[in-house]
Amino acid sequence: MKLILTAALCLAASGALAGKAFVSNERGNTISVIDTDTWSVIEEFNGGNRPRGITLSPDGTLLYVCASDDDTVRVFDTLSYEELYTLPSGPDPELFVIHPTGSPLYIANEDDNLVTVTDTQTHRILAEVPVGVEPEGMAISPDQQWVVNTSETTNMAHFISTADYQIKHNVLVDQRPRYAEYTADGTRLFVSSEIGGTVSVIDIAQDGTPTLSQKISFDVPGVLPEWLQPVGVRITRDGSRIFVALGPANRVAVINGQSLEVEDYIMVGQRVWQMAFTPGEDYLLTTNGNSNDITVIDVAKEKAIKSIPVGQQPWGVVVTPD
Amino acid sequence: MQTKALPLLAAAFASIAFGAQALDIRAGVLRVDYPALLPISRYDIRPDDLAFAGAMLADEDNATTGRFLGHSYETVTASTAPDMAMAALEEMLGTGIRYVVVDAKAPEIAALAERAAQDGALIFNSRAPDAALRSEACHANLLHIAPSNAMMADAVAQFAIWKQWKRWFLVSGSNPADRALADAYRHAAAKFGATIVEERIFEDTGGARRTDSGHVLVQRQLPTFLQGAEAHDVVIAADATDYFAAYLPFHLWTPRPVLGSAGLRPVAIHGAHEAWGATQFQNRFETLTRRHVMDEDFNTWLALRVLGEAVTRTSSNDPAVIEDYVLSEDFELAAFKGQKVTFRPWNGQLRQPILLYDGRITVSVSPQDGFLHRVSPLDTLGLDEPESNCTAFE
Repeated sequence: MKLILTAALCLAASGALAGKAFVSNERGNTISVIDTDTWSVIEEFNGGNRPRGITLSPDGTLLYVCASDDDTVRVFDTLSYEELYTLPSGPDPELFVIHPTGSPLYIANEDDNLVTVTDTQTHRILAEVPVGVEPEGMAISPDQQWVVNTSETTNMAHFISTADYQIKHNVLVDQRPRYAEYTADGTRLFVSSEIGGTVSVIDIAQDGTPTLSQKISFDVPGVLPEWLQPVGVRITRDGSRIFVALGPANRVAVINGQSLEVEDYIMVGQRVWQMAFTPGEDYLLTTNGNSNDITVIDVAKEKAIKSIPVGQQPWGVVVTPD
Repeated sequence: MQTKALPLLAAAFASIAFGAQALDIRAGVLRVDYPALLPISRYDIRPDDLAFAGAMLADEDNATTGRFLGHSYETVTASTAPDMAMAALEEMLGTGIRYVVVDAKAPEIAALAERAAQDGALIFNSRAPDAALRSEACHANLLHIAPSNAMMADAVAQFAIWKQWKRWFLVSGSNPADRALADAYRHAAAKFGATIVEERIFEDTGGARRTDSGHVLVQRQLPTFLQGAEAHDVVIAADATDYFAAYLPFHLWTPRPVLGSAGLRPVAIHGAHEAWGATQFQNRFETLTRRHVMDEDFNTWLALRVLGEAVTRTSSNDPAVIEDYVLSEDFELAAFKGQKVTFRPWNGQLRQPILLYDGRITVSVSPQDGFLHRVSPLDTLGLDEPESNCTAFE
């Protein structure tokens, strides 16, 4: 205990808030910590039962983990890795998004068809929003007016107003929508459909009204179309490139942000799901659930440069801010 | 005959419709209960809510989606003896129901489908695996959710071929359903290049089944019955009536893996299946029913989800519109099988992967790697278009 604390203090003292990536290992019930300078695993600690969604407070000091089978969000210190407290999440939290101010958390409750809104300061539940069957993907609009939830069996993106927690719009997308991501300018939302095999492009009007404009599909020679299953989506801040993890196709697609054409496929580990950029968008990390590793992609070169073994069945990844 | 209505869940929510037309979708689930002996294993006893439990979950799933569109769902269930099945269907049709999931054997399914056609109603077959219903005896208003014998046998065959277990010893039962299943395995062997080196029929003479010390008799009978067979890699069991196959794995003369009706079995679902998000399905089902899911539940759930998905996409409650959409290339549905399930438009069979289950875990899933098809790898399982004599959908 003392040793850990001392070590943590040293790190802090040396100003070495060196970049860290935190990876939730769904089967291993652990969190792997990766040093993003050396790309080595520096720690693996208990993350609760079935850790999936993972995010950080805006200042990078608190790590939030959806411990799905514990029906709670576990909160860890990003220096000491000690569990500080838990937050009420509703049952089976899977994935969440944090308000840019650090509160609240918007949490998808997969088994209960709810989005739970939890205040990270008071630790109270502010609202429970009934959504479609098997809610998963969560996104918040850059202007913070909207939280989007995707429901995997209902096949909709639900647009929830952050002002009154009411659903104002629903957009039907293809089968099993897993993830939603706004562009930084808020003019577009991308929703991946795992079983449909497409990414829906939804144009967002000034007032937030969504309009489904097109669907992007994928084609990799030598890979059965059935295995092209889009899950995680990440967009560069300038909107020029969109990265889509393709699950059992073991590839990340690179989409041109203007033309919306798929320009490249990057080979990564097996069953790639979620992704995270490093702060300067130099690197993109992917979680590969079947090969139990993380792939590091050089974003400029669009090349995989390294794979890092982590715990059992890595699910989500988040990287500390600068 | 008992009839009950599942709770109308949509009513519990304030309906939030977004410019969509309000629809009230009423469906029926008709389960025909046949006189039957107890299964060999107590684990296989049919629960009272078999199939209906799947309907209850589907109603919840559909209602949750429907409330965003102003669509409400209500499903009525009925169980009947075979000779009362027609009356039960007529009662449902009489209340305006035009979608009926039927859990019955082929003779009843065929008769019910014909009757339903007179009222423009759509029937979902959630049980009968017979080849003829998907070929020369097909009906234009009959969609098959249940996998056929051919799909199940092909799923097993592909796995055996992938393993290079090509010499089969086919042991089948003597009842008509067992013989039909054995036919499917013969066809699968020819289709995928296995050789049936020997065939034997284990006569159904009644027998002790589960009586006290019944196993003593079985332990003496079966090995001697099986001795002296040609050299084989696996035993393929075709016992659709469930009277002997469960005993095979440890009562063989020559120790070999058993596949088919025992050992490694082809199933639509099982309670331990958790890949592709199925854990969520299992959690929802178990919360609702306090038991594990069975194929009949899954088939009924899937049938009603097909209906719900078609209503969601078409905003229609017209059986003709629904069937056209379901059979079109636009239709797709996620069913916790790792890829979308769709329909064969030429005979109304749902395409779906088949799980290979050993009683505890998913051992494998067919179609296997390397079995390709010009339309879909799923069409390597079961009757393919050129072999089908179904003309009702033309």
